[in-house]
Amino acid sequence: MKPDVLGTLVRHFVLLSLVAIGGANAVVPEMHRIAVEVEHWMTDRQFAELFALANAAPGPNVLMVCLIGFQAAGIVGAVAATIAMCGPSCLLTYFVVRRWERSRNGRLKKIVQRGLAPITIGLIAASAFLLTRAAVHDWLGAALAAGTFALMAATKYNPLWLFGVATALGLVGIS
Amino acid sequence: MTSAPMTEDQPTVAMVTARDLFAGFLKVGIQGFGGVLPWARRMIVDERHWLSEVEFTDLLSLCQLLPGPNIVNLSVALGNRFAGPWGAIAAVTGLLAAPFCIVMSLGMLYAAYGNSEALGGVFRNLGAAAAGLVLATAWKVAKPYIRRPEAIIVAAMAFVAVVGFGWPLIYVVLALSPLSIAWVWRLAR
Repeated sequence: MKPDVLGTLVRHFVLLSLVAIGGANAVVPEMHRIAVEVEHWMTDRQFAELFALANAAPGPNVLMVCLIGFQAAGIVGAVAATIAMCGPSCLLTYFVVRRWERSRNGRLKKIVQRGLAPITIGLIAASAFLLTRAAVHDWLGAALAAGTFALMAATKYNPLWLFGVATALGLVGIS
Repeated sequence: MTSAPMTEDQPTVAMVTARDLFAGFLKVGIQGFGGVLPWARRMIVDERHWLSEVEFTDLLSLCQLLPGPNIVNLSVALGNRFAGPWGAIAAVTGLLAAPFCIVMSLGMLYAAYGNSEALGGVFRNLGAAAAGLVLATAWKVAKPYIRRPEAIIVAAMAFVAVVGFGWPLIYVVLALSPLSIAWVWRLAR
């Protein structure tokens, strides 16, 4: 593996880490530009399939970067891309949060947080709507979504087993 | 630091060690199908009572403003709050370790076998199930604020900006934050 590929990977994702306000999903278009159009590490179709894979697998969707890193430079590339994408923003968060929690102006902090909370709520509702619109096309999809919704919203049962059902149905061709 | 007079809230635990943080976030990472936010909220608020409903949304809001994946930031912030730098490292390592291995294994399988019909069906079903979880999470984070009209209005504006107008998240956050903070500040006087 060529060291310059690693350097390129790290450079791209360190930059992306520091501009990714709004989380991983906000920078998917930029990841696509880097991986497909600029560096030609994968085709358009490979990108779409790996994105579906990263979303279907458990864990933060940011792990799309480890698949890009893997495609570009193998295991070392995967590790390097992941650290480059998460490291800088983690460090920034760490220092900002420490300052924030040490600050003694409790009233101001409370007002800022109370002001930001409704935006967070609106954004979560928006992603819920967009995900549902993208993923639910028929009765089976609606039933699966309604099932996990009901388990999570109204009961103490773990909705994980419904993901097992969803996987099993998919494997036997029901989807 | 955050007890809201105008919202319903519940008490939380006082002691969380770096080991607890690692274990808790490891579980979140393994369970986190279709994005980790619903699972993180479930573990932190419902199961382990590390934060109240309102504290969770407050901390998540702060993390939303910072660059980087929100839940990764949240794990750093929460880890630091309970156990300092080692807590932050324990939480973020716990969150990423298992999913990294799983995604890498799937990536290698993909590289070896490519995509197949059955796999596409599995993805479709998992996507639908994950959507239900995010819907439930939206409902749960909104519930403590349901009696506050100003919060509902701002939330609705954020929703419409993203869904209706397709604004990038950063513009929504930058445009609505000063407005919403000023509104809360006026109400609090």
